[in-house]
Amino acid sequence: MVIERIGSKVIKFYVPLAAYLAFLLFPFYWMVNTVFKSDMELYNLDLNPLYIHSPTLGNIVTLFTETIFLRWMANTFFVALSATIISLVVSLLAAYAIQRLQFKTSGPTGVAIFLGYLVPQTILFIPLAHTIFKLKLWDSLWALILTYPTFLIPFCTWLLMGYFKSIPKEMEECAMIDGASRIKIFRRIILPLCLPGVLSAGIFCFTLSWNEYLYALAFISSSAKKTVPIGLVTELVRGDVYHWGALMAGALCASVPIALVYSFFVDHYVAGMTGALKE
Amino acid sequence: MDAISAAEQTNNQTGFRRKISQALENPTILGLLFVAPAELLLLIFLAYPFFLGLWLGFTDTIVGREGKFIGFENYLWLLEDPTFWLTCFNTFLYTIVAVIFKAVLGIGLAVILNRDFKGKGLMRAIVLLPWIIPTALSAICFWWLYDSTFSGISWTLMKLGITDHFIDFLGDPWNARWALIAANVWRGVPFFTIGLLAGLQTISPDLYEAAEIDGAGAWKKFRRITLPLLTPLLTVVTVFSTIWTFADFQLVWIITKGGPAGATHIFGTLSFQRAMQGGQFGEGAAISNFMLPILVACVFIAFVFLRRED
Repeated sequence: MVIERIGSKVIKFYVPLAAYLAFLLFPFYWMVNTVFKSDMELYNLDLNPLYIHSPTLGNIVTLFTETIFLRWMANTFFVALSATIISLVVSLLAAYAIQRLQFKTSGPTGVAIFLGYLVPQTILFIPLAHTIFKLKLWDSLWALILTYPTFLIPFCTWLLMGYFKSIPKEMEECAMIDGASRIKIFRRIILPLCLPGVLSAGIFCFTLSWNEYLYALAFISSSAKKTVPIGLVTELVRGDVYHWGALMAGALCASVPIALVYSFFVDHYVAGMTGALKE
Repeated sequence: MDAISAAEQTNNQTGFRRKISQALENPTILGLLFVAPAELLLLIFLAYPFFLGLWLGFTDTIVGREGKFIGFENYLWLLEDPTFWLTCFNTFLYTIVAVIFKAVLGIGLAVILNRDFKGKGLMRAIVLLPWIIPTALSAICFWWLYDSTFSGISWTLMKLGITDHFIDFLGDPWNARWALIAANVWRGVPFFTIGLLAGLQTISPDLYEAAEIDGAGAWKKFRRITLPLLTPLLTVVTVFSTIWTFADFQLVWIITKGGPAGATHIFGTLSFQRAMQGGQFGEGAAISNFMLPILVACVFIAFVFLRRED
């Protein structure tokens, strides 16, 4: 009886879970597995490719010495951080105004911002390239810092509106009776209360900016201004020569910061994701 | 310097200040002021390009030169282009098959994770990884995983005796299409799982207990309780996923660049190739505009459902 129950749990629970994990984690395993192999081992068909026979750091050395990987990382970081800060500030103000000030056009404004979230970059990049060119921002990191908020602001505003909704109105009303100005209420009462929301939104913005690919590919051309994914593919694939080891090393090194940020704030991330779906 | 005019000036200044702080107490003025930065950014970099794109599709603009209005010429030209028709086919295949697989696998994993077990939090964190790690980087990994001679997948399948040769994942059109769909499913399953897990947790265990007393099996419980209660959330998640899959770019661009010989282009990659690499901004914009009707339909569905939820 007990054995039967354990057996059924294994079949119904552990086996499917293990299958899912194998499917979801295998690409990462393949990535790490490639990074620590030498080219000799990588291209030797007689060896078991799922196992590292003689680990080496050669690929990471190649990555850091033969490309300007650190520069690309710095660019990505700078762009992601700037776009995140701009989006957070702008969205905080907008979300508060739409949710709490209830001015005449607050309803339609909220809807319009939400619609912005649904416009994919694939539709926008051609006219945006045209605009960026006109604004003389071509091949400048500012082209990215100014365009990333277009997909960050709608999301953040939507997320923060949900947070503002959960703060009781009475708190504001009490402060108002005490003679506090609206600006003061926003700064002293609202902001501290919605910090968890700001954190969720900020992590989302940062990861979304770090992950962005299309705009960076379309608006940047010089090597020193590239972000990580663009730099890796264009500089480590030369003609028919693919530096797979170094490519995987780059992919791994650029994923680590995101994975770290994520691991510290998993709960905020999940809250942000599900919160955005519910609102 | 005479004292009176100086005093008047400060008086004026404080009067001015008072007027400003009074104006800021008016919700409409403060509201419009607070919303202005967001609206300004979205107007310049979202709304304006959106309409500019509509216009560009009707012009012969090429990179570096303003175009003139040419009516439907771009569209008629595209409708005669076999690559464009193949692109339409690919986009729909990619979207429909990938979204169905993501939904089914995503629900499955959500149901598994909804049980109480040790390490649930850790599992949830691990499951989200494909969604967190920059897609461009995991796409590079898939590109290598689909290598024609050194693929770990081919090697494993050969050792297991399922196939006797290395699979040319990206050299054959149909292999390449399935390979891309598999990569997209891999990336999108976590979104469905985590999104739906939140919904599953709100379903009361009493319902399942009552059903068990009535003798319902696991499948019946899922069909009659889980699925109906999950439908609203599932619709929202599916609509979002459909929009993103339909408008995808990076997975396809990195893994196949639309190849072999243009066989795996989707709207996003074809418009990028024609506009950014070929310089044909007008034609590229026209390709993007073909996506609009589908996207508008999706947005409409999303909107109706979100409204109903309120």
